[in-house]
Amino acid sequence: MIKQYETVFIATPVLSDAQMKEAVAKYTKLITDAGGEIVYEEDWGLKQLAYPIQHKTSGFYYLIEFKASPEFVASLEIQYKRDERILRFLTVALDKDAVAYAQKRRDNKNKKAAEPQPKAEVEPENPQED
Amino acid sequence: MAAVENNEIRYLNPPTVEVRKKKYCRFKKAGIKYIDYKDAEFLKKFLNEQGKILPRRITGTSLKFQRKVAQAVKRARSLALLPYVTDLLK
Repeated sequence: MIKQYETVFIATPVLSDAQMKEAVAKYTKLITDAGGEIVYEEDWGLKQLAYPIQHKTSGFYYLIEFKASPEFVASLEIQYKRDERILRFLTVALDKDAVAYAQKRRDNKNKKAAEPQPKAEVEPENPQED
Repeated sequence: MAAVENNEIRYLNPPTVEVRKKKYCRFKKAGIKYIDYKDAEFLKKFLNEQGKILPRRITGTSLKFQRKVAQAVKRARSLALLPYVTDLLK
């Protein structure tokens, strides 16, 4: 049985861009190697944490949506636990409403990316009557 | 007749009757089915200043969605998107 999941992890802020990419590649490879399918990826970049974790006040957030069998999730989480670069992770199964929401969210993101916000034209209006 | 007159209460100013707005569940009204834990700004509407989850009697959320709100807030907390304890949130 294949279910859709969503996983977010927080990597330490000391990583360089290349190291971060490598960490992401490791987990995406893990998913695809296990016969999973990556639906969506999103990099949230460096974010402030709401409270310190391991004496760190910020971290790199990364979101992956994927389809895989339920057995795979346990092995993914073991990999997270063994990885010292990962401060926190959360994996949730998506039900049908959540899948619909995720789809909508993705579409909105894509739309925004496709058309870089057209600047609201400032019309030279002079309401003052002179 | 005199007794009836005594029972009558007279007000100098007309008494102000408080008309309370009926509370409603915003999720039912807007047709939202899934509450996203990633949207911390939205979840802050259901927290007080210390970051505690507000009760249903204040927000008016229906039980079904209150459970989902609670779930989402807890997920957001574990991902450090929301604080567990704080002062002066908002």
